Amino acid sequence: MNKNALTRVGTLVGFVLILLWCLLPVAWIISLSFKSQEAVTNGSPGFFPQSGGGAGWQNYVDVLQDEQFRRAILNSIGISLTATILSVALATLTAYAVARLEFQGKKFVLTTALVIAMFPVVSLVGPLFDMWRTFGIYDTWIGLIIPYMSFTLPLAIWTLSAFFREIPWEMEQAAQVDGATSWQAFRKVIVPLAAPGVFTAAILTFFFAWNDFVFGISLTSTERARPIPAALSFFVGADPFNRPASLLAAGAVVATVPVILLVLFFQRKIVAGLTAGAVKG
Amino acid sequence: MSTSTVNRASDRSRGENRLALKLVAPAVALMLLVTAFPMLRALYLSFFSYSLTAPDEREFVGLDNYATALTDGLFWRDTGNTVFIMVVTVAVELVIGFAFAMVMHRLVFARGLVRTSILIPYGIITVVSGFAWQFAFSNTNGFVNSWLPFVSSDFNWFASYESSMVAIMVSEIWKTTPFMALLLLAGLAQVPEDMLEAAKVDGATWWQRLWKVILPNMRAAIMVAVLFRALDAYRIFDNIFVMTAGANNTESISFLTYRQVIEQFQLGIGSALSVLLFLSVLVVAFLIVKIFRVNLADARQEA
Repeated sequence: MNKNALTRVGTLVGFVLILLWCLLPVAWIISLSFKSQEAVTNGSPGFFPQSGGGAGWQNYVDVLQDEQFRRAILNSIGISLTATILSVALATLTAYAVARLEFQGKKFVLTTALVIAMFPVVSLVGPLFDMWRTFGIYDTWIGLIIPYMSFTLPLAIWTLSAFFREIPWEMEQAAQVDGATSWQAFRKVIVPLAAPGVFTAAILTFFFAWNDFVFGISLTSTERARPIPAALSFFVGADPFNRPASLLAAGAVVATVPVILLVLFFQRKIVAGLTAGAVKG
Repeated sequence: MSTSTVNRASDRSRGENRLALKLVAPAVALMLLVTAFPMLRALYLSFFSYSLTAPDEREFVGLDNYATALTDGLFWRDTGNTVFIMVVTVAVELVIGFAFAMVMHRLVFARGLVRTSILIPYGIITVVSGFAWQFAFSNTNGFVNSWLPFVSSDFNWFASYESSMVAIMVSEIWKTTPFMALLLLAGLAQVPEDMLEAAKVDGATWWQRLWKVILPNMRAAIMVAVLFRALDAYRIFDNIFVMTAGANNTESISFLTYRQVIEQFQLGIGSALSVLLFLSVLVVAFLIVKIFRVNLADARQEA
């Protein structure tokens, strides 16, 4: 009994530590975003804004009024969503073949996906930079959408084929025996069963595209296509030796909002998707 | 009769083959277009002295670029940094991630809350994590100095190599431990409960159960997690770019390659570095698979 109590206390302490680990840095960046720019320039150490050093919502107003930052948000949303939709569509076809069909070259597909998932992206930056300028898609949305797609495909293919393996495909035939047309059987039986997997793959793909930095800084040169992470890193402010920390923090918080919303609403799906690809089911 | 069934079966499998190839072709083509093709182009360019600032002076130089890179201390220093970061972060993440997974596995309340929280570092942009920690360690606007009892309040973390590396690794570890923890949690769920009970009945201590029952049973999950995270850590770029920009010799091999290509437009030597980076990832992957005897079919998750 004593031992049980000890385990329970240990779990409770661990629970608190996990929450601190995950949320403290987030709380910090939010707190920093409320320090005033003058206070930051003069130096304002400490977790919370000092009295008189608070900025209210001013940093958020400034960031959202910044033309470049607004443009970066638009770019990030547009590019990430397009890449996600296209990538998941292609991955769905591939995963269906991997999970349901016997064919030569299945191993090749899975190995290619595995190798690409581990590819050192920076080693592609040089040749892609050169190629994209030749094709005329340097510094455009499509120039980022293409690499995002190819680097999210492995994750999407894994997640989806793990999901598709679990689908009881016999139900399709059962429905047809019961008089459904093959389209009805697909539409009413298979789509609802496959949808959660597709959706999960879409969220993970979106995370990847939203997070990318290497392609974002190397394949863009202006605000025409520059996504948020790149825009944040180039955001220098008036004094290049003294970065506007609190303004950057406000930008960082804005960039994190979509992530937090997705996590809040789809926590269960994300966990299932992340682990489906990693542990043999 | 038996021949006709065989024929029908092979017809069917031939049709299945054709359909499957059609279905996988677009994805495979796209993946190769953006990786294999540029990589071959990098291999080709790496034999030239080629700078974008003087594209007309492109000249075949054979293996000179490789010789230059491999005899330069910079290349080895940056590779050393990268390997150091990889080993330390993965080791720390494995221990902390396992502890987190144990807690999440045992937890009977607030499971949703914990999982939601743990996904936040996972989902956050690495650049944002880099900024958050850079400012946290800052001696003018941060809080770390005032919270740590053994450092003075004006200690500048970004003034020396060792402390800069600590800051970079803290950001890296903070962001990626949740991924490790979730993979290990899935592995923990596969440890047979009755085996643990049996060990308990036989009088095995907690420590013995951990080493003799839990860890051996989740070996596959641990190996896959280590392989993925190690190769991910080996490409470290974002945190270094944001936090130190390579100051105080904190450059990684990815950062060096990026600097040569994008900042200095040296496509020749940059391509050689790209090829070397790719080869070194292969070496690291090979070593991990060999040393830890990872079953690649597990990583490819073939049923």
